[in-house]
Amino acid sequence: MKEIMQGNSAIVRGAWEAGVKVAAAYPGTPSSEILKDVADNYPEVYAEWAPNEMVALQVAGGAAIAGARSMASMKHVGMNVAADALMTLAYTGIKGGLMVVIADDPFAHSSQNEQDSRNWARFAKIPLLEPGDAQECYDFAKISFDISEKFDTPVILRTETRVAHSDSLVEPGKRVESKIPLGLDPKEAPKYVMIPGHVRVRRKIIEERMRKLEEYADTFKYNVMEINDPSVGVITSGVSYMYTKDVFPEWSYLKLGMVWPLPKKMIAEFFKKVKKVIIVEELDPFIETEIKAMGYKIWHGKDLIPNMYELTPEIVEKSLKGKKYKAPKVKVKPEDLPRRPPNLCAGCSHRPLFYALKKLGAFVFGDIGCYTLAVAPPLQALHTCVCMGAGGGMAHGAMKALGKEGLGKVVAVLGDSTFLHSGITPLMNAVYNKGNSTTIVLDNRITAMTGHQEHPGTGFTVRQEPTNMVNYMEIGKVFGVKSIRYLDPYNIKECMEIIKEEMSKNEPSLLLCKDSPCVMLRRAKPMEKFKNPLYVIDTDKCRGCKACLEINCPAISWREGAGKTTDGHKRKGTVYINPDQCVGCEVCVQVCKFEAIVPGKK
Amino acid sequence: MKDNGKVTNIFLSGVGGQGAILASNILGEVFIKAGYDVKKSEVHGMAQRGGDVTTHFRFGKKVHSPLIKYGDVDYLLSFELLEAIRYINWVKPEGKIIINKQEIFPPAVNLGQMAYPKDIEKTFKKYFKENVSMVDGQGIAKRLGNVQAANVVLVGAFSKFFPEVKDQQWIEAIKTLLAPKLHDLNVKAFYEGKKAL
Repeated sequence: MKEIMQGNSAIVRGAWEAGVKVAAAYPGTPSSEILKDVADNYPEVYAEWAPNEMVALQVAGGAAIAGARSMASMKHVGMNVAADALMTLAYTGIKGGLMVVIADDPFAHSSQNEQDSRNWARFAKIPLLEPGDAQECYDFAKISFDISEKFDTPVILRTETRVAHSDSLVEPGKRVESKIPLGLDPKEAPKYVMIPGHVRVRRKIIEERMRKLEEYADTFKYNVMEINDPSVGVITSGVSYMYTKDVFPEWSYLKLGMVWPLPKKMIAEFFKKVKKVIIVEELDPFIETEIKAMGYKIWHGKDLIPNMYELTPEIVEKSLKGKKYKAPKVKVKPEDLPRRPPNLCAGCSHRPLFYALKKLGAFVFGDIGCYTLAVAPPLQALHTCVCMGAGGGMAHGAMKALGKEGLGKVVAVLGDSTFLHSGITPLMNAVYNKGNSTTIVLDNRITAMTGHQEHPGTGFTVRQEPTNMVNYMEIGKVFGVKSIRYLDPYNIKECMEIIKEEMSKNEPSLLLCKDSPCVMLRRAKPMEKFKNPLYVIDTDKCRGCKACLEINCPAISWREGAGKTTDGHKRKGTVYINPDQCVGCEVCVQVCKFEAIVPGKK
Repeated sequence: MKDNGKVTNIFLSGVGGQGAILASNILGEVFIKAGYDVKKSEVHGMAQRGGDVTTHFRFGKKVHSPLIKYGDVDYLLSFELLEAIRYINWVKPEGKIIINKQEIFPPAVNLGQMAYPKDIEKTFKKYFKENVSMVDGQGIAKRLGNVQAANVVLVGAFSKFFPEVKDQQWIEAIKTLLAPKLHDLNVKAFYEGKKAL
């Protein structure tokens, strides 16, 4: 019977049925649900959160070489981290099938850039499948292991936000265990030890493999030709097919399930069967470049279809119809409406810390996590966000460039998960190279932004088994950081004093946020440390100075209305604290100069 | 629903935490059981942090795109006033609209920099006349004893657009997706919502 599944769950279902034994990942939108789904629903599969994507791919690669069908999943930028492993696993090949899931995020809904991961397949010389909905996620994941084993290569399954996070019907089946025996054979070293002599042997095999894969692509059952009206033929794949098919159902299609390598014979046949060819693809002109290089003339491609942001049915229609496109009537201009950007939660431990950094006037080398939201007004207390772990390395570099001038002005912030992902080596480097940067680990005991995934610092595995918990203080000590201190982020005054002192020191410092779990992390009982369940405004005292609005707490709002305090100060309005949202963190209390924020009762 | 070749487009909008995702899951259960192909797509990466949540929900004999085409919405089901008006241009001229009367201030309004838009109901009525319905989801749910059930009140109201779907099918979907201890409350919420329209 058909079931509705998210694209991510359908991938897992397909992999499970294909007999997958080992799954590893680092969370990243829109791929995070994959590993959680494995852990929650498929006890036959070993699942783990790795500290980063490179480790995840190493784990899956090792399992594959031991004969197990394995998978690693990550978001597009995670592949940049894992690339070192991927590029050479492409040489060694595997034994048990290896699927690498890469989830792209066109339009950067939740990412620091846009990348077209199809390029990795051409770069690494390995096949890439691109599903367009949940049924295809399931089918393609399942067949990827057969392709992987047949051609002795990792296979990329590339999704994107509208595939990974869309739900549609899937017809599931049963699990079949892999027939490949588990085991390691030292005699196979020449295949797996990539020293120059072996590399050159494998290099040739890769070229042969690509030729065989090209032939296979022409017979691949998910490369499908639909000949309807032969005047226009569209070559497309994945969700781009779904959009185009919806808008132009009358046209003919060559829908590619395997985007690399391309099916050359099928493409030749398609060009014979249709008059004019349009290529519709999101992001880069990947298929277009290849088809042009084969010597074909296309009617339209990236001359009309945008090469940035995500496609949608109306963008496809508008691009291809041009002046003939009739836009719906604009009744209200959305740009005139107040936006609703995401915000740090009420009671979040990042808010007071970033307020302190703002008051100190520090330049904050940031990183990727909830705290990146501190860039938004009115906090505006984060000044770079490049890649995982970058804050630490970049702050050190900036301090080296600024010399003594930088002392007292620069700080790096990283989340706990981010620190373990890529922040440890920059800290080691700052000590080794006699730097003087200050690194703050905003430890909230979980990978928060992507939806509360465990990591080596939380003390739990993905299946909630208790395990060792990393001690950040000890990491700093063994690297040789002399100045390591704990911070209570909820104490603004103390934060300002400590951070100011550490930023001014001519040596590396490591500051660790203590007892400040994510307010959404129930098991850590984040509310227990707050003395009162909520605070309210004493309207006798509130002067309407708006100082508390500067912390950008979602529970606090401005109420217009001229009046006076009981001691006669004129005001234009007062603030209001929403009792349903306030958790009693007392951050606003510390900001108010007039003692107008007082304990309330739930 | 009578025309099998046609795809019906439902757009749900709201703010993180309002239960828009549960509502779209209920729709999913109902229309799959009714034998349709269903696709739904949501952006929820940052919804936990108070951002807006939108779901594109489509059903028909065969659905290709997971996204509704701009201007092609048959039904707008909105859990918050500002998040309703934000998508007014998406609705077809003959489209039907249900709006929950709740206002949740976004940061720019909280900070006093922008006003919360006035006359949202009036603007909708100007263009969509009697096809616009306002429902006091929170009020009704509060009367039933739990404000959390407001989303199911809205689903109840929405169910009136599909008279060919029996109440029992909606109730079954609600029971499939919610914990048993929440069944009584939400079944009541469904019927109250239905009455409200």
